[in-house]
Amino acid sequence: MTRTITLGFIPLIDAAVPIAAAEIGFAAREGLDLRLVKEVSWANIRDRLAFRQFDVAHMLAPMTVASQLGIGSNPYPVVTPVALGRGGNAITLSTALFAAMEASGEDVSSGEAASHARALKRVVDARRANGHPPLVFAVVYPFSAHNYEFRFFMGSAGIDPDRDVRMTVVPPPLMADALMAGAVDGFCVNAPWNMLAVERGAGRIVAVKADIWPASPEKVLGMRPDLIDGERDTACRLVVAMEAAARWCDDPANRGDLAALLARPDRMDVPADVVRRLLDGEVTIDPAGTVRRIPDYLRFAEGAATFPWISQALWIFAQMLRWGQVAPSPSAEAAAARAFRPDVWREALAGSGVPIPAQDRRVEGALTAPTEIATLSGGPLVLPPDRFGDDRPFDPDRIEDYVSGFSVRTSFRERQALAGE
Amino acid sequence: MASTLSILVVDENRARAAIIEDGLREAGHARVAVVTEMTGLVREIERLKPDVIVVDIENPSRDSLEQFFEVSRSVQRPIAMFVDRSDSASIQAAVEAGVSAYVVDGLKKERVKPILDMAISRFNTFSRLTRELAEARSELADRKVIDRAKGILMSHRGLKEEEAYALLRQTAMNEKRKMVEIARSVVTAASLFAKPAGGREDP
Repeated sequence: MTRTITLGFIPLIDAAVPIAAAEIGFAAREGLDLRLVKEVSWANIRDRLAFRQFDVAHMLAPMTVASQLGIGSNPYPVVTPVALGRGGNAITLSTALFAAMEASGEDVSSGEAASHARALKRVVDARRANGHPPLVFAVVYPFSAHNYEFRFFMGSAGIDPDRDVRMTVVPPPLMADALMAGAVDGFCVNAPWNMLAVERGAGRIVAVKADIWPASPEKVLGMRPDLIDGERDTACRLVVAMEAAARWCDDPANRGDLAALLARPDRMDVPADVVRRLLDGEVTIDPAGTVRRIPDYLRFAEGAATFPWISQALWIFAQMLRWGQVAPSPSAEAAAARAFRPDVWREALAGSGVPIPAQDRRVEGALTAPTEIATLSGGPLVLPPDRFGDDRPFDPDRIEDYVSGFSVRTSFRERQALAGE
Repeated sequence: MASTLSILVVDENRARAAIIEDGLREAGHARVAVVTEMTGLVREIERLKPDVIVVDIENPSRDSLEQFFEVSRSVQRPIAMFVDRSDSASIQAAVEAGVSAYVVDGLKKERVKPILDMAISRFNTFSRLTRELAEARSELADRKVIDRAKGILMSHRGLKEEEAYALLRQTAMNEKRKMVEIARSVVTAASLFAKPAGGREDP
């Protein structure tokens, strides 16, 4: 019997996997009638999932971790049984700010993210010395990879995002307008909004996800735990459908079809050629039209991109600790780990021919070259290089050391004090 | 009894915001403020320190609001409405009406529920009015099409007005279609036979 599943999504390029699952037949093959509902805010996604109007949703990976920690406006448990791919995010700064960075004395001619961060630090310092107001930077949600990536980028050059600049939230479709209007000086958002802002002449891309943490999970399939407990078979079918769709999305031969599918007005509603260039990893980074080729800009399945690594939930938790969004405790760490459900992923895909990782957690960011890892079945599995922008690996068994190793951070207590100001 | 709760209505649709504001005032809430421009939202929240914030669910600025709640204590730990989920009928009604709300934690549910119920009912009233207006507009457009069709039949077939009307109605009945659809066909057909330079040729 066909089970109808309602899935909420935000029009972004990484909604590709659920869209393909619904349109290309991967859901139908699993006996699922997958109905997609376009949403306008992450808050709506979260609430409508909690209120059972959605069965599952396209979600920011950190939203599921926050939900397990009981933080945010409507904390209700949601878990990740399957990730929806890597990549897509980028940091874009206004053309005026980038010009100031070029004139800062820091050499940015290499185009490397680290040099951009150092130049930004100089501009931030100069503004403070001259009594200018702090720069304003936007992300899409407090619990998002965008927030942690932008902060990671700034922190790597000694910029304190809680004290040296002002962080705000702007919905993705309004980012380019906010930059044009001077309401914000830069932002971190998913595709296509960076490239659209650049092509409108509003900004310059200074870093992409691959410069910060290439293996980082971006969006995930958010699911209420009661669906897993009560209808484990449905949960597993969804994982299988998403995984198959992710493989289809990764195949370069399907990119034209995928771009056309995503471009539709009821999906992303942006020109198909823009989507195609993004899928190809050809990212326009400045208004002059300079293209940066990033072969792994978007990866939906390759290298276990759909596998919900517990160590990745814990990296997200480490960033929440780093910025004082949550107080450190063993129970909080255990709750964060429960946000990702590799057990469901494995059960769904066992024996399907998909390589099944033998471990749930690993040291993140330690691979400098493609590396084969142990699998339970399904043949060899090669993970891509995954070094962090600061070259410091993350050992999920030593979270405290990892967090205290960051020179720029804000403790939970300091966060409370900042909020009270 | 006059309410001492401070209520902020956030809605980019001015007409709907006004309808909600009126309803809340009529219900005895004196401290009601409306924000229709998202740019001044944070400043207004800091100024008003509302106990309840009512937001249109289609407003993408909900995510910005939540960020603000994260970083500021201007509003005392607001939580999304219906967080206890005991009242699923209210949740359903609110989401269907397009209402979302934030409530300062610790406020008694009995104090907040009438406010949300009011917002829900006003959102529904507004949708109904909007729908009725659209229907009235389309009715007017229909009438214009029928008048044109009548005119065409009168001039092309030499009918009187009542006869033209009766012919349209009879045809609609025979074909089990709406009269406006028949009228539209007549107008379309006539335009096919119209001379480009103006003036009509008899069919």
